[in-house]
Amino acid sequence: MTAVTVSATRAGRSARGGQLTGTGTLLRLALRRDRIMMPIWVIVLGGSFSSVGKSFSSLYDTAAQRAELAASMNGNSSLRAVYGPVFNDSVGGLVTWRMVGFGAAMAAVMSLIIVIRHTREEEETGRQEMLSAAMVGRRAPLTSALLAALIADAALALMIVAGMAGSGAGGAGAVALALTVAGIGALFACTAAIAAQLTESARLAKGLTAAVIGAAFVLKAAGDSSTDDASSVLNWLSPIGWAENVRAYADERWWVLLVVGAAVLIQGGIAYALAGRRDVGMSFLPTRPGPATGRISTAFGLALRLQRGALIGWTLSFAAVGAVFGGLTGGAADLVGTNEKTKEIFERMGGQAGLTDAFLAAMVGMLGMVAALYIVASVLRLHGEETAGRAEPVLAGGVSRIGWAAGHLVIAFGGAALIMAVGGLGLAAGYGHELPAVLGASLAQLPAVWLLGGLTVLLYGALPKAAVASWGVVGICLALGWIGPAVNMPQPVMNLSPFSHLPKLPGTEMQWPPALWLTAGAVVLVAAGLGALRRRDVQQG
Amino acid sequence: MTKAITVAGLHKSFGRTHALDGLDLAVETGEVHGFLGPNGSGKSTTIRVLLGLLRADSGAAQLLGRDPWNDAVELHRRVAYVPGDVTLWRNLSGGEVIDLYGRLRGGLDPARRADLIERYELDPTKKGRTYSKGNRQKVALVAAFASDVDLLILDEPTSGLDPLMEEVFQSCVAEERERGRTILLSSHILSEVEALCDRVSIIRQGRTVESGSLADMRHLTRTSITAELAGAPNGLAHLPGVHDIDIQGMRVTLQVDTDKLDAVLRSLTASGVRSLTSTPPTLEELFLRHYAADTGERAGVTAR
Repeated sequence: MTAVTVSATRAGRSARGGQLTGTGTLLRLALRRDRIMMPIWVIVLGGSFSSVGKSFSSLYDTAAQRAELAASMNGNSSLRAVYGPVFNDSVGGLVTWRMVGFGAAMAAVMSLIIVIRHTREEEETGRQEMLSAAMVGRRAPLTSALLAALIADAALALMIVAGMAGSGAGGAGAVALALTVAGIGALFACTAAIAAQLTESARLAKGLTAAVIGAAFVLKAAGDSSTDDASSVLNWLSPIGWAENVRAYADERWWVLLVVGAAVLIQGGIAYALAGRRDVGMSFLPTRPGPATGRISTAFGLALRLQRGALIGWTLSFAAVGAVFGGLTGGAADLVGTNEKTKEIFERMGGQAGLTDAFLAAMVGMLGMVAALYIVASVLRLHGEETAGRAEPVLAGGVSRIGWAAGHLVIAFGGAALIMAVGGLGLAAGYGHELPAVLGASLAQLPAVWLLGGLTVLLYGALPKAAVASWGVVGICLALGWIGPAVNMPQPVMNLSPFSHLPKLPGTEMQWPPALWLTAGAVVLVAAGLGALRRRDVQQG
Repeated sequence: MTKAITVAGLHKSFGRTHALDGLDLAVETGEVHGFLGPNGSGKSTTIRVLLGLLRADSGAAQLLGRDPWNDAVELHRRVAYVPGDVTLWRNLSGGEVIDLYGRLRGGLDPARRADLIERYELDPTKKGRTYSKGNRQKVALVAAFASDVDLLILDEPTSGLDPLMEEVFQSCVAEERERGRTILLSSHILSEVEALCDRVSIIRQGRTVESGSLADMRHLTRTSITAELAGAPNGLAHLPGVHDIDIQGMRVTLQVDTDKLDAVLRSLTASGVRSLTSTPPTLEELFLRHYAADTGERAGVTAR
């Protein structure tokens, strides 16, 4: 009895001051759980800034060369749409030009993963219930998750400042660049915190936040193509547009960071207000009742039902992004003079001199790399179903392992074809010409996408505990595709990405051998992965 | 064919942990077989081997006369499985999951499905996330009992069910037995085992330590006797099979191995009996004796 009275008093006391009681303990738990993931993110992402800096200083080592590169980049709206405007032709300025949007988006993804992982995912799995039953304040879980994300963003900022100083581009510019990237990370951490209050599903919360990040990226690109100094309304609608408007290394506009800070506070405030007003495990978008009887009768039907929502989301996004970039393609005709440097870079990225085709080829390549994210996520649904224990009762029914896996794989590999087709159609519709060529170019990306999907299947089948490493593989391919051409990465390194082996369509002849080899490789990888899956034990969470 | 399940000398290791260490199990067709053992003794591992989810390192296992690993799919059409911790898809309703599981097996009897949903008081329109633990178990139980199968494998199926639902569960098992189906029931609820099971197997540390009917097993345990005698007891303490004897004047309490009862009773009547209370061994005693180690501390901890 005494113990009950004592703890009740203590709880009463902390209820007055203590919506945040237990935050420190939860933060330590979060950091402990993320002790591998967080350093990898920070080191790889932070390190990419300094390696890009070193590439620029060795590739364009005189001021004249850098000035020429900057002039050629700013002269063409299509190039600006892809890469953004160059505000300063120092090494630091070029790194900012190349990395600020990409780095900010990546910091945003890192922050979103951390925040959702420690908020909605904890509630969805029921782990939060036990924690909240202890001396944990109502707002402590959200606070500790946001603090964990802020710590990661702060560590990333330190990495960037140190890395830029190491590339000979330290000083105020480095601080501005680092604060910008970390600030956008923090901003989307708060977006994720709001999303975590709105839905009961961690997957949906991640998807919503990722969609906002993607929309911000597309808005920035659209804004970049319509003005030459990122000053359009579209840029200012996008937090990633704010990031380039800080203009690190080019008479930094520090006040833009205040805008970022204000957005962090406003979004954080909304998340806190929502978090304090709802029940643990519940959301503001309530679950509706479902049918009393079901029509799903096969493993494929189940897989389709489970992946349906995500596939629809991806399809709509690809259609929208394709249409936006298709609309920007016309700008490639506004070429100011014929600049050798521009052509050279576009040739590396798009493969040949026809600039409109090269722009389309670059866009199609980007869609392909993003489609690789889809295929990995979709294949890894197998892993999620297995470790959550939901695969077990299905496999205890009259379904073979292969049959169960095939259901998800049809959606992964067929879905990749669907979104690439839709993306190509959107691109062609926005551009208004060349429908067959653009659609064909889009579909020609599929062998590389499928190869990465096949690699994921093999990892999942043979080394299920390492299945999530597939994300790392795709991340490397994305980084190679995004940064590699601009820093003149050696061809053997570029060849590590399957996308480097594809013909640069539209505008060149279709080359079937690489496409067929990649497709054959994907088939072999899938077959090997399924063979391994059939022979191994079903894992428990 | 009389054996629904035969397992002989089954071994399975996970890294350095030997989950199964030569396990034997025999389940007759048409019986309800209790599968007992302390936590971590290998019950669920055995069941997962029988379902072809795990591949045994060595030893033989047969389910309905076939190999559980190689013939998994054909076998699973005749087998229904209920895990101890059911996880559902958050965005599928209970009714959808029941129908899916039914169709993935041999099919579902709609009338029986409706009857079971009513008896278990389950709302099939709720989504997976909103069910409580007990209600998630009910979803899996309804799917299993409504399926048209020969063998039911139930792994602690009633965890989280309330006593009323426990009663419904027991009547369902009885109905299944009457319909000639075989049931392997892993459980910690001894009253459930006592009420339902024809035979039981007790395993510990991956090995079978006892197998047989409950009646047989009772013979292996002790009966408690309290007696008031007319005269002083004579030589009771020296009889074989007598334990924990306590004599206070003419009042005696003792424990005796059930198969040595005869001699004790004879000795008591020789002294003249005023009153006699005899308590048969409880299942708890039976199981605690098997769960606890005869030697070593580890199993002693487990039994607590």
